[in-house]
This record gives sequence, C-alpha cells and structure tokens, in this order.
Amino acid sequence: MRFSEAWLREWVDPPLDTHALADQLSLSGLEVDAIEPAAPAFSGVVVGHVQAVEPHPNAEKLRVCQVDVGGDEPVGIVCGAANVAAGQRVPVATVGARLPGDFKIKRAKLRGVESLGMICSVAELGLAESADGIMVLPAGAPVGEDLRAYLALDDHCIELDLTPDRADCLSVAGVARDVGVLNRVDLRAPRIEPVAPASEDVVPVDLAAPDACPRYLCRVVRGVNAAAPTPLWMRERLRRSGLRPISVAVDVTNYVLLELGQPMHAFDLAKLDGGIVVRMASDGEELALLNGESASLRADTLVIADRQRPVALAGVMGGADSAVGADTRDILLESAFFAPEAISGKARSYGLHTDSSHRFERGVDPTRCITAMERATALLLDIAGGKPGPVTATESDAHLPPPREILLRRDRIAQVLGLDFDDAAVADILGRLGMALTEADGGWLVTPPPSRFDVLLDVDLIAELGRVHGYDRIPVTHARSAAATRAPLEMAYDPVRSRRLLLDRGYFEAVTYSFVSPELQALVDPEQPPLALANPLSAELSVMRTGLWPGLLQALRQNLARQQNRVRLFESGLRFRPEGEVLHQEPMLAGAIVGPVLPEQWGASARNADFFDLKADVEALLAIAGCADGVVFVPATHPALHPGQTARVERAGSTVGWLGSIHPSLAARLDLPADVQLFELATGGLGNGPRPTFAPLSKFPSIRRDLAIVVDETVAFQAVERIVRAAAGELLRDLMLFDVYVGEKVDSGRKSMALGLILQATSQTLTDDEVAAVVARVLAELRTELNAELRT
Amino acid sequence: MAAIAAADDLAALDRVRVDYLGKSGQLTAQLKALGALPKEERPAAGQAINRAKAALQEAIDARKTALEQAALNARLVGERVDVTLPGRGQRSGAAHPVTRTLERIEQLFANAGFSVEEGPEVEDEYHNFEALNIPAHHPARAMHDTFYFPDGRLLRTHTSPVQIRVMEHREPPFRVIAPGRVYRCDSDLTHTPMFHQVEGFLVDERATFADLKGVLYDFLRNFFEDDALKLRFRPSYFPFTEPSAEVDVQCVKCGGAGCRVCKQSGWLEVLGCGMIHPAVLGHVNIDAERWLGYAFGMGVERLAMLRYGIDDIRLYFENDLRFLRQFG
Repeated sequence: MRFSEAWLREWVDPPLDTHALADQLSLSGLEVDAIEPAAPAFSGVVVGHVQAVEPHPNAEKLRVCQVDVGGDEPVGIVCGAANVAAGQRVPVATVGARLPGDFKIKRAKLRGVESLGMICSVAELGLAESADGIMVLPAGAPVGEDLRAYLALDDHCIELDLTPDRADCLSVAGVARDVGVLNRVDLRAPRIEPVAPASEDVVPVDLAAPDACPRYLCRVVRGVNAAAPTPLWMRERLRRSGLRPISVAVDVTNYVLLELGQPMHAFDLAKLDGGIVVRMASDGEELALLNGESASLRADTLVIADRQRPVALAGVMGGADSAVGADTRDILLESAFFAPEAISGKARSYGLHTDSSHRFERGVDPTRCITAMERATALLLDIAGGKPGPVTATESDAHLPPPREILLRRDRIAQVLGLDFDDAAVADILGRLGMALTEADGGWLVTPPPSRFDVLLDVDLIAELGRVHGYDRIPVTHARSAAATRAPLEMAYDPVRSRRLLLDRGYFEAVTYSFVSPELQALVDPEQPPLALANPLSAELSVMRTGLWPGLLQALRQNLARQQNRVRLFESGLRFRPEGEVLHQEPMLAGAIVGPVLPEQWGASARNADFFDLKADVEALLAIAGCADGVVFVPATHPALHPGQTARVERAGSTVGWLGSIHPSLAARLDLPADVQLFELATGGLGNGPRPTFAPLSKFPSIRRDLAIVVDETVAFQAVERIVRAAAGELLRDLMLFDVYVGEKVDSGRKSMALGLILQATSQTLTDDEVAAVVARVLAELRTELNAELRT
Repeated sequence: MAAIAAADDLAALDRVRVDYLGKSGQLTAQLKALGALPKEERPAAGQAINRAKAALQEAIDARKTALEQAALNARLVGERVDVTLPGRGQRSGAAHPVTRTLERIEQLFANAGFSVEEGPEVEDEYHNFEALNIPAHHPARAMHDTFYFPDGRLLRTHTSPVQIRVMEHREPPFRVIAPGRVYRCDSDLTHTPMFHQVEGFLVDERATFADLKGVLYDFLRNFFEDDALKLRFRPSYFPFTEPSAEVDVQCVKCGGAGCRVCKQSGWLEVLGCGMIHPAVLGHVNIDAERWLGYAFGMGVERLAMLRYGIDDIRLYFENDLRFLRQFG
C-alpha cells in the first residue's frame, strides 16, 4: 500500500513530522517500507503562459515561444516539443533553475536564437519515467507561481508493507483511522453525499451465487465523455500512490479504491447483453481479460456475466470486451462485496494478482459499497459528465457476514499480555477502533467494525489493546516454568561432541543443499531412486539427496579448483530415502578427504591420506559415540567406493555406515583425484550402548609377549583378533598389532603380522608356565583356524 | 692442586684423584709409611696427611662440580631449538558459521531450560500449514514459496511444524526449541532456497507476552553480548500467534546511528514471536482456557551475518575453505 502523505493529512493531521509519523505507523503494526519524496529536488520552475509560438528561423523542429512567467515581459524560449501551443499553461524552468540530476538552466542560444529558460516535460521534472512532449497544466494555473507549491510537490510517498490481516488499512481512509486512534485525533473525512438519480435507468441483477457475492451494487451513468482528461490533481494522487493514470473511468475507480479501499469496476453498458448475473463459471468458459490474456475458467471461479457470457473475473479483473473505451457513452458502475473465501487463491490460480483481488482476498468492508458508489459517481460526473440512474443494490442478507459479538474477559487481558488494563482504557482504545462495547459478566461483549475481518476472538481484541497501548510499554518479566528440563541420555549419540571431534582432527564443516542434481545423485547412489521435487528451482537442485556424498564431492571439487590441495570436509544433515510409501529421513554424519594427511609443514614428510587415515577418524568418532557394545568393519562393496577398499560399518548386525576410497570410475567421472576417501554414518544407529562399568585394578604386574605370525594375505586382521582373544581368555588385558609385513622375507601370498599380547591376572603374578600355556593355546588356535605359523 | 686445576675434563680429574688418593696414590703411600715413623711423631704426621687428603678431596669435588656444570652448559647450548618454528602435527578445522551460531543459540536456550527437538524436513500440508492456522488459499501461504513433491508433501517452509509434532504426542507443559533446515522456493542476492531457523515455544499454565519479552531480552542480550542492547517489539502478523510481534535490535554495527547494514534505520529485524494462537492449541487438543503459550522463530543465517559481519548469504553454501577457515 502506497499513498501520499499530503492525502493522508487531509484526512488526519497529527502533530508529527514525516519520520515520526512513519515510526509511529511501524510501531503500531503498519510497517513503513519506504518514504520517498513525491518529486525529486528541483527549483526555479514556475507556471508559465505560452502567449505566442513562432517557427524557428533556422531549425525545422524547433519553435520560438513567448512565455509569460510572471515577470514584466514575456521571455523567449526555444522549445522542441511538438505539442506546445499558444494559450497553454506550462511548467517553465527559468534561467538559474536547477532540474533533477543537478541540471542547471542557463541563458542559451539555440541555432542562433536566444532562449531564456526551458519548457519542461514530466520526465524532465522527474514526475514520470518518460514523457511524450511538454507537460500541460490546467488553464487556471496561476502564472508565475512556483510549480512545487502549485502541485504541492513537497510531499512524500509512504509505502506500507501490510501484513495480510490488515486489509482494513489498504486505503487512505483505513490508514487515517489508525493514525487517528494512535494520536487521539479526529478524522476529517471528505463529505460524500448521495448523488440524486437523473433517470430511472437500471440494469437487472441476478445473484446466482449469493454465498460468494451476497451484495452487488450497480448504477447506470449515460452520456459520459469517456475521453475527458483526468484532472491533474487526481493524476498526481494516483501517481504518488504508485498507479498510472489511464482513462477517466479507470482513474476514478482506482481513486476510490485508494481512498476508501473499495475495488470497483466500470463496464461499457452498450457491450453488456441484457443484465448482470453473478454466478460461478462453467468449466472451460473463455474470458478475454483486460490485460490482453485469455482465461479458460473453472467451475470454482466466480464471474460477473451478462445474459450471454462472463464479462469479468469477479473481484479480480474485468473482461476486455466490456471494457470502457474512449468512445464509450454509457457506463455501468459496479461496487460489490465478494466473500474472501470465494476470491482467495483464485487470482493466483490464473496467474494474476491485482489491486482488487489483493483486497477482496483479505476482506473488504461489506458496508462500504454504497459510499464508494456515491463517491465514484460524483467524481465521474464532475470530470466526464453524464446522467446517473439510481443505485440498485441486490443483496442476500442471509449470506452477508453477520456482525460478530466477542466476549472479552477482563482477567484474560492480563493473562495474555502480562499487563493490567483498567476498564476505562479498554473502552477508550476499542471504542476509538470503532468497536461497540456492552458490559457483560466479567468483561465486555465487543462488536468489531465490519472492516476488521481479522478480529474474531478475544485474543484478537487483546492484541489490539496491546498494539494501541504500545508493545514497548508492556513490561519485561521473568517467569518460572513448570516444564521439566529434558536432557539427553548419557550414552546418547552427541552430535555436538562428534562435530567437535572432526574439527579437532582437521576437518572443516560444510553445509550443502539437501537437493542435488539427479545425474550426480545417480552416479553416487545408483541403486536408490531419489525423491524428486515437483517445482525445483533448477535441474541442478531437483532431487532430494539420498546421502551426503554428492554435496561433499561437489564441494571437494570446487575447493580443488580453487587451488586447495588438501581438503577435509564433513557435514551433518538428513538423507532422504524413499522405500515404497515410506520416506526415511535419517540424520547422517559424512566426510570426504583428499590430499596430505597433515597440513604442509617442516619436519614431517608429506603423505596423502589413505583408507587407514580416514578409518582412524571414523574409529575415533565411534569411540565417543556410545557404541561400546561393538562396531565391526566388514569388507563390502558400494557403488561409489573402490571394491577392494570399502568397509561397511556394522553394529549388532545392521549397517550404520560406510567408508572407503572413492571408486576410480566415479573419481574419473567427477574429475577428482583417485585417492579421495569417504565415510558416512547413520547417527540414528549410534549411541545408547552400555555405559562404562568399573573393573578393579590388578595389583599384580602384567607381562608382554610378542608373536610374529605368518598367514595368507587374504586373512583379515579381525579374524586373527577374534581367535587370539578367544584363545587367550580372561588373562588377556590388551592386544596390539604393531607391524604388518608383505615382501620377500615371507612367502608369496603370505603376510606377517606382529602381535603384542599383554597378559595379567587379578589375583596373582603370572608364572612363566602360565604365560607359555596361553601363548601355546593362541598359536595352536591360529594354526588350526587360519593356517598360521610362527615367524622365525 | 695445580694438577686439579689443570684437569680439563672429568677423566683427567679422575686420574689426578687416583694419583694422590687411589690405593697406590701418593697420599695413600704416605699413610702406609706412617708405621716407619717414631711413635711420638705419628699422630701429628697422621693428622697432617689426613688434612692434606681432605683438602685434596674438597678441591677435586669442587673441580668436578665445575666441570659437570660446564659440560651441562655445553650440552644445553647444543640442544637449543628455534622456538619460533611452528608446532608439528594436525591443525584444527573450523565449524560452519551457521552451525556455530546454531550451537550458541541452543546453548543459550538450554541454559534457560529449553530442550532441543527436531522434526522432519519433508513435511505434510497439515503440519506445515493447516495445524498452524494457515488454511489453503490463506494469503499467508503466498508469503511462503513452497517446494512441493508430486504427492502433495512439501519441504517445510519454517521450523514451526515441530511445535505441532511435539504437542500432538505429549502433555503440556512444554519448553522446547527446534533448530533446523527450512526451504523456500526463492533464490537471489539475499535469498537462498535453503536456510536455517530456530523455533522456540513454551506452553504452561502461566505464559504472558511480558514473559516472552523477558525470554527474548535475555536471549538477544546474551547472544550479542551486550547487556544494554535495545530491543523494539513491533506488532505484526503470523497466523499461528496472536498477538504477534517482530523484534528489532538496535543496529549492532552502528549502535543505532544509521548505517548500510541497518539501511539507515538504526534497527535490525532479528526474529518474530507471539502468543500461540488458540486455534493451534485446538489442533493438538490442548485446552486453550487452561494453557497459554508463546512461540518465537529466528533466521540463523541472519544472526550469523550480524555477528560475524558476513555480507553475502550465498557464501554459506559455497563451502569455500577460504571462507570456512575464518570461523576456526
């Protein structure tokens, strides 16, 4: 909603300057988005009277004008505009004037003829983007008067960003009422008198959808000069409110829309066949609209029709065929009430949004139709003449919004706001807002004005009390809550701790979009169909990720392209995996690394991170993830990972994650180095393992025995570990793997593993015999199960 | 004595000791020779020899200490390192500024007794709109540019549906915050199609707008670490709260004088809030006569921008290491 400050001040003029007024509006819930001058700065422009126009002796397109600018003698001004004519009142920038853009007017010679000023167009004065010829002022404009004063240009355009509930402020009248309430100032509304009919001319109206349109007013005005120019004052007000003047009939209805908030429409009566039917459209009916487009209508859409066809999309836009044109003689003015439920969403469904639909969707005061009709008639007659018929009102009382009575309980106000209001303050504020109050048990019965579609419940009234009183005057209090504090379980997976761990291990945290390109998604996770958006922003962002690797790989690639050779990224967030009708939205923690293990530094040789560097990070994560009941790494294959360097992370038999080196084919497709390492953990599967339980410390010394065993290269360490632990039994305190060797010192196809066994008993010092027995048992089991031999 | 002083290392010194005090040393020999002296001379001679021996031992010890000190000094000089060289090993990464900010917000509200809840990002119309008092075709829906899926589900446009998800399955009172990703079908200089919000709400037998102001004053003053930070509550509209307000803080860049960040207004809008609408409580079968509540919601990217001076929202999702490194 944009309006002229001067226009508002005609209605209500509180003792506040522009900025104080704007602050007050903002702090009362009518947010001021912008305050702009009604015209850019210029000076030295006066009203001139063109007394004579002569051709220029040396230039075909120029004219030499004698212009009275209020001085002793007319001044000679060379003008290039085709529309300049003797007798006109025009804006003249006199010598010394400054025009917008800091353009200074000097005495000049144009093709040998002296020019003492410039006749201006609206564009040159900054009143419009473009202009066709010079600006012509009304005939009565006082010669010599400063143009700024004459046009009252020292005004501001105030732009309100209204919330959808405050449709009552989509007019100068509505804003004025709120300003009056806030400042305790009375309104000076213009007097709107009924226009007496000069004929009996009426058009029959049939309300065929009374729930959608319970009130339809119309009036015939015959003999109108539809080509009459809209007066400058009205054009200026429309312009300052952000509307472009078009033609008198449109301008008058727009003016009433801005002034009173009632959208109206003017039909060319001659183009209507018979009468008006307000009805629902039939599916597939066509309507050519004023904006030049054609709409194929649906049965849920209310239309204004004549006996033959729809002539307007009710409350949204008129039809092209019945529009008022320059040669229109007879007009039918419409001022109706359309139910918000009937209009809301309709304009949007046809790809439209108009000043009219904006208002009807939010709610227009159903009692305002008549005032608006009288106002529009009077303005139209003034400007374009004509003979009005009587206003005909066709109504369905049963379908008009009934007046609401809301019970407002005295104690509820303090319960909601935390501030007591005395009865007088309640009556004063609500009364000034146009609400009728009657005493009721414990409070009041309140009837809001019909313009306030947003006031339905007691809390709406309480909100009004708070708003008008001022939110800043509501106290700031600290209450104790009865709500219990819910803390996470001790062994729950702790996402913050996990992120910190990765940060401490040199990772940077990424946040990537949850939607990715389907191609990338399919490359990384070809077996899982993703969930596709119906209205994506672009193809690149059109499917929901089924894992976090696509986003991380993309971020990796972009960073490598920016000359970063060492990139370690992780992200936490949901993945989206559809499975039949069910969509799994699971929290994930994933990472991708490439490049040297350590940042480049002195004293440490540079080595690129491999599977086991990544695995150490994953193991560290799992160690703090509340999974003490055991997580195992199982050799496996994954489409995105190198088949020989992939582990599935399993806990209690279910997969909780993956890690591995990128598959060389995927690396090649994405133009990434081959040694990218990736992991992901489904964090929902982590945590809630057993909490630590204390075991008594042994008072006896521990003994270490180192064994180097040789096994087939395909034997997994996990198998060795399982056998050693089982065979050594409870005396085994710790088991370390301190070397793995493949090479010429062992047979081809075999490898050596060096194990350190720490043995300790809780009740005695172990004897050499006991230790030897354990070692022998371990070796025997390893030999039986894995064909292991002791390396000599 | 001259021999002791001349010994310039511990081995030479030991040779001197052996020469005089060893089993076959000169003084040891003199002691052995005492028997050959007349009886009356023996005590005096013995004393003299022992004195000489003690003096010698003392001198050797002193010399030994001096030599050891010199040797240590020489070693220490040799072991000197350049302490200005950088340390070795892994270096810490850095949290994303959005998560860093989210964690601070969560911590501040946890201190105030709020617990953290999360909800799905692919939502249904009911939880995202209807239960929040935003029926179909409500003009407020146009304020949310929603991403839809073909089956009618959608990407949540705000974290407010977590309110419904928490309340529909549990009994009040509640004191909850819900952080997370939200989505709007919008992308330009100042909008990204995904961003983060934190929703907070409290439902209790006592909850007033004044209490809501108290919680938000505490939070914002702690967040911006300014005990005198000015706040402004402006009436606004959200379908799921009544009364509703937008909250401005005094510009944290210029202190309210007016600058580019606050568009010369001196104020920065940082969150929206209000008293939970009775219709919302009604949707989750909570008696709005007995229970009152307030709710608030804030944009995390915006708070992080104000806190760290980030001037382009798109940087958040480019994951450029040169950007991320600045938040270590």
